Amino acid sequence: MADQTLASLAAGLKARKYSSVELTKAFLGRIEHAQPALNALVTVTAESALAAAAAADVRIAAGTAGPLTGVPIIHKDIFCTSGVRTTCASKMLSNFISPYDATLVGKYKDAGTVMLGKANMDEFAMGSSNETSFFGAVKNPWDLAKVPGGSSGGSAAAVAARLAPLATATDTGGSIRQPAALCGVTGLKPTYGRVSRYGMIAFASSLDQAGVITVSAEDAALTLQAMAGFDPRDSTSVDVPVPDYAAELQQPMRGLRIGILTEFFGEGLDPAVEQAVRDSLAVWQKLGATIQEVSLPNLPLSVPTYYVVAPAECSSNLARFDGVRFGHRCEDPKDLLDLYKRSRAEGFGSEVKRRIMTGTYVLSAGYYDAYYLKAQRVRALINQDFRRAFGEVDLLVGPTTPTVAFGLGDKTSDPITMYLNDIYTIGANLAGLPAMSIPCGFAAGLPVGVQLIGPHFAEGRMLAAAHAYQRETDWHLRAPSGWAADFEPSTTGGAA
Amino acid sequence: MSLTPKQIERIAHLARLELAAEEIPAYSDSLSRIFGLVDELDRAQTAGIEPMAHPLEDQVQRLRADAITSPNARDLYQQNAPQVDGGLYLVPKVIE
Repeated sequence: MADQTLASLAAGLKARKYSSVELTKAFLGRIEHAQPALNALVTVTAESALAAAAAADVRIAAGTAGPLTGVPIIHKDIFCTSGVRTTCASKMLSNFISPYDATLVGKYKDAGTVMLGKANMDEFAMGSSNETSFFGAVKNPWDLAKVPGGSSGGSAAAVAARLAPLATATDTGGSIRQPAALCGVTGLKPTYGRVSRYGMIAFASSLDQAGVITVSAEDAALTLQAMAGFDPRDSTSVDVPVPDYAAELQQPMRGLRIGILTEFFGEGLDPAVEQAVRDSLAVWQKLGATIQEVSLPNLPLSVPTYYVVAPAECSSNLARFDGVRFGHRCEDPKDLLDLYKRSRAEGFGSEVKRRIMTGTYVLSAGYYDAYYLKAQRVRALINQDFRRAFGEVDLLVGPTTPTVAFGLGDKTSDPITMYLNDIYTIGANLAGLPAMSIPCGFAAGLPVGVQLIGPHFAEGRMLAAAHAYQRETDWHLRAPSGWAADFEPSTTGGAA
Repeated sequence: MSLTPKQIERIAHLARLELAAEEIPAYSDSLSRIFGLVDELDRAQTAGIEPMAHPLEDQVQRLRADAITSPNARDLYQQNAPQVDGGLYLVPKVIE
């Protein structure tokens, strides 16, 4: 099965090179082989996957298939999946069977995709290394001693190891783009409000956005088409028409104004990462784009701003986990207060507790103005910086992360060093902007990602730039060895 | 800025989190470091700047008709409940 991308697998299905059942068996075989080493999944749904694949094959035979019918998918375990355990990688929800589908999950089901399982992640999406999962760390398929990034570490590792051509993910402060960069895959965080958050377990509601991890930008465009759109069940869903993203991919690069962010090329950026990112600029330049420096002076304050806003919203959202209606409950509570306190203490891991307490403090009487309102004002300044920049340029480009993947356990002792991994990604969340990370080379044998940030609802322009880059380079097609090779589908035709 | 063990206990209580005495120093240390980072916000000149609560400022919260939109699925939802009786969620006695 030389076909790596979703587009080529979908074409293979359409051309009957293999059936969806064959494809699904092949990917389930890869998962079985890789899971003990990578721990990329929390739950594997082999039985329902084969049933969904058989149903997809019927649709394909009947000529009623859509572009994604029969394609395997892994959902981040933050998305509610009806009848399937949905844990958010927390002990708190380790036995929670969702009674309904997230809107995004329902859309992918309707499109005929085949869910292989649920991806591991940082607990409640709080982390940048996937080490806070109740189900254990995910390993980076390029080097098992390294982290895959987080919080969508399972999704990124799975796509990197070719355990599925696409995995859903979420991004509150970089949780799609940072692991995509560290695992050498394409990660897309759409504009805030572009994709429904209904059924996506909430962390920080003014920042959370659903997106996807794929091999290529073309694949990301195909999947965004399936995910995007207004949802009356999400009060922050935006009623803006969804363009034809496949058509948008063809936008010309000639005359595109790319801004490189001065603030992203300073102290702390690994020189080898910087080199790979700067090399990528030459590709767009060759295609006719112009490059200019742009400064966003308030952007360096995005990490402290985020660590007030996100914990504040998290402390409020996670108040629902009280041991009463669902989730973990402690043994023999002596009264209601004891029930709340011990259920939450036992159900949440230490990073989640740290953020709940940080948020509780900044929202508490006497500190609200000094911290929460102050951070919201700085957020407005950062937003103004982006608006100004997009008056001068069409896209912003810079590194996704300051370094390549770091070692497991290297940053777990100090929360600040962990938080600073997201120094380049948080800005887009604060301003609600669409952003992506695409592979642009290697440093010390590990993948490097280049980040693109666009104005609100300019996903098409951003995807076109990423696609143009990927037509000139093959970094996105480099896959770590040892994961996918042994399991080829037994094709009925003579192909693959 | 540093947070004392007393303050940590107070915050944990407000957050309804039971903390063992031996856990307090670690949280005191890590939260103090976080607020050390947060104190960088003091550098920003924010006089006259409106706080931004939401990234899509021109959006308004929609209203919908006050009509029933989903069927009663209490039994289904209560399958995830730790303790129910006769369709009611059970908690320790709150009224003596």
